[in-house]
Amino acid sequence: MEELVKAEQAMPVHTSKPTKLSRNLQYIKKNYILYLLIAPAVILTIIFKYIPIYGATIAFKDFSPIRGITGSEWVGFKHFTSFLSSPNFMEILMNTIKLSSFELLIGFPIPIILALMLNQLRKSSVKKNIQLALYAPHFISVVVVSGMVFLFLSPVGPINAMLSTFLDKPISFMSDPDYFRTIYIWSGVWQGAGWASIVYVAALANVDPQLHEAATLDGASLLQRIWHIDLPTLKPVMAVLFILAAGGIMGIGFEKAYLLQTPMNSPSSEIIATYVYKRGLLAGDYSFATAVGLFNAVVNVILLGVVNQVVKKLNEGEGLV
Amino acid sequence: MNNQIKHPKGDRILLLTNNILLTIIVLVIVGPLMYVFLSSFLEPNAIIRKGLSLHASDWSLEGYKRLFTDDTIVRGFFNSLLYSTAFTIVTVVVCLFAGYTLSVEGLVGKKVFMIFFLFTMFFGGGLIPTYFVIRDLGMLNTIWAIILPGAVNVWFIILARTYFKAVPNELKEAARIDGASDLKIFFRIILPLSKPIIFVLALYAFIGQWNAYFDAMIYLDSRELHPLQLVLRSILIQNEVQPGMVADVEARNELMRISEMIRYSSIVIASLPLLIMYPFFQKYFEKGVMVGSLK
Repeated sequence: MEELVKAEQAMPVHTSKPTKLSRNLQYIKKNYILYLLIAPAVILTIIFKYIPIYGATIAFKDFSPIRGITGSEWVGFKHFTSFLSSPNFMEILMNTIKLSSFELLIGFPIPIILALMLNQLRKSSVKKNIQLALYAPHFISVVVVSGMVFLFLSPVGPINAMLSTFLDKPISFMSDPDYFRTIYIWSGVWQGAGWASIVYVAALANVDPQLHEAATLDGASLLQRIWHIDLPTLKPVMAVLFILAAGGIMGIGFEKAYLLQTPMNSPSSEIIATYVYKRGLLAGDYSFATAVGLFNAVVNVILLGVVNQVVKKLNEGEGLV
Repeated sequence: MNNQIKHPKGDRILLLTNNILLTIIVLVIVGPLMYVFLSSFLEPNAIIRKGLSLHASDWSLEGYKRLFTDDTIVRGFFNSLLYSTAFTIVTVVVCLFAGYTLSVEGLVGKKVFMIFFLFTMFFGGGLIPTYFVIRDLGMLNTIWAIILPGAVNVWFIILARTYFKAVPNELKEAARIDGASDLKIFFRIILPLSKPIIFVLALYAFIGQWNAYFDAMIYLDSRELHPLQLVLRSILIQNEVQPGMVADVEARNELMRISEMIRYSSIVIASLPLLIMYPFFQKYFEKGVMVGSLK
C-alpha cells in the first residue's frame, strides 16, 4: 500500500493535478450507494432537527399564525427581556437548577457506590440475581413510576398508614412544595440507580484480580484497595458520564416533572420545560415560549462547554471533546 | 501454596455490612413492586390494615374485571404495540444504514456528517418549532408523528458504527475483489454478522417507545389513537377512571374504592409483560451499554 502511494508521488506530473474537489466528487460518484444509505438519516434530521432551529427564530418575532414564521414581524429580544424580568423568572430558573443539580449530586455517586458494593460479592450467581432485581424498575415506564408515587404517598396510601402511629394527621406529600424535589430525586434513584451501575460493574470486572491479591498481601485494607485500585479504574468512565450528566442540567427531563406536578406543588415543581409546554402549547404564547426554550438551550450548551473544560483540567486532559 | 488470603478483621466486618446493606437495597427495590402486585388482587389497603392476617374475603379480582369492561386499555395496548413495532423497524433501519456509511474507511465528508448529527444532541429548536413542523406536515393525529421525529437516534448510529468498524476489513476487501458492490457487501456480509447489534438496538427502541408518553400527548389528540401510557396517565395521574369501567357505581366511597383497585391492576397489566421478559434479554442490554461506553 505504502509503495503504491510512493510510486504515485514519484510519477512525473503530466497533466494538471486533479483538485481535491474533483477527487472528492469522483469518490462520491463511485460510492454513491454509501450516500444513499445515509440519506434517510440526513433528511429526517434536517426536517425534524434543523428546520425547527430555523423555526426558533420566532423567538425574535411576534409570531402570528396568519403570517407564518417568515412573515411575522421582528421584535428583537423583546420576549427574552420580558421572560428575564417576569416575576416568576427567578423561581422557575432556580427550580430548574436546584432540581437537576440535586439530582446530579445524589444520582451520580449512588450507581458508583452500588457497583463497588456489588463488586465485593464473590459468588457470581448471587451477584447476577441481585443485579437482575436492581434493574427491574428501569423497565417500568415513567408514567407507572409516577402513578406508584401518587398511590404510595396519597393521604390514604400505605406510607401515611405506616406513619399514622407517629402523626395525628396524614401528610399530603404531593401537594406540598417542600417534598417535591425529594420525591422526584429519590423515585429517580429507585428507578435508575441499578441500571446506571452496569457500566461501572463492567469496568470493575476488568480489574486484574492479582492487583487486589498483591495489595492484600502487602497489608492493604479493603477500603484502601477500593480507594487505590477500584476507583482509579472507574475514573475515565466517571469523567465522561459526569460531563454528559452535568451538561444536561438545564435539559432536565420534562416527562416526570410534568407527571409529578400538581397545582399545589408548582412553587417548586415548575421548571423551564414544563413552563414552555404550558405557555406555548397550552396557552398559545408561541414566541414567548420559544424564547424561554431557546434561553434554556443556550445556557445548556455553555454549561456543557464549561463542565467539559473543568473535567479536562481535573482529569489530565481527558475530556469529552 | 496457600491461595486463600485471610482478610483482616476490619475487612470482614465491612463485608458483612456490605451484605446487609445490599439485602436492604434489594428489599427497597423489590418491595414496592411486590406491594403493587399483591394489592392489585386485594381490597384497598388490605396489606396495611391487616398485615399477614389476610382473610379470604380480602382477595378480589374486581380491579381487573373493571379494567376490561371498557375497551380503552385494550385499545391502548394494541396502539402501543403498533407504534412500538413500527418505530422500532424505522429507527433500526435508518440508524444501521447511517452507521454503516459512517463506518467506512476514508469516506469523503465523514467529519461533516458526524458534526451534523452530533450537533443535534446538544442543541435544538425546542418544543414549539418542532410542533409547528409536524403540524405543517399534516402529521398531527397520525402515527407518523410518533414514528418519524425520533427515528434518527444519534446514539444508535454511533453504536452501529462502532460495531461495524469491528468487522474485519479483510472480509470486505475479499468481497470487493470478487466484484461485490458496497450494497452487496452491506447486505450479504455485514448485516448477517450484525444480528447482536440489531437485536440490542431493536430492544432499546421498542422499550423506549413502549414506555414513552410525551410525543403521543402533544401530537395525538384523538383518544382512539392514544397508546397505553396515555391511558395509564389518565387513570393513574389524572384520576380519570374511564366511565365505562364504573358505569354502575354511584356511591362516592364505593367509587373511590374501585378506582383504587383499578389503578393497582392497571399498573400490573401495563408493566408485567416487560418485567417478565427482561431477564431473558439481560445479556443483550448489558452488551449494548458496553459497546456504547467504548465510544
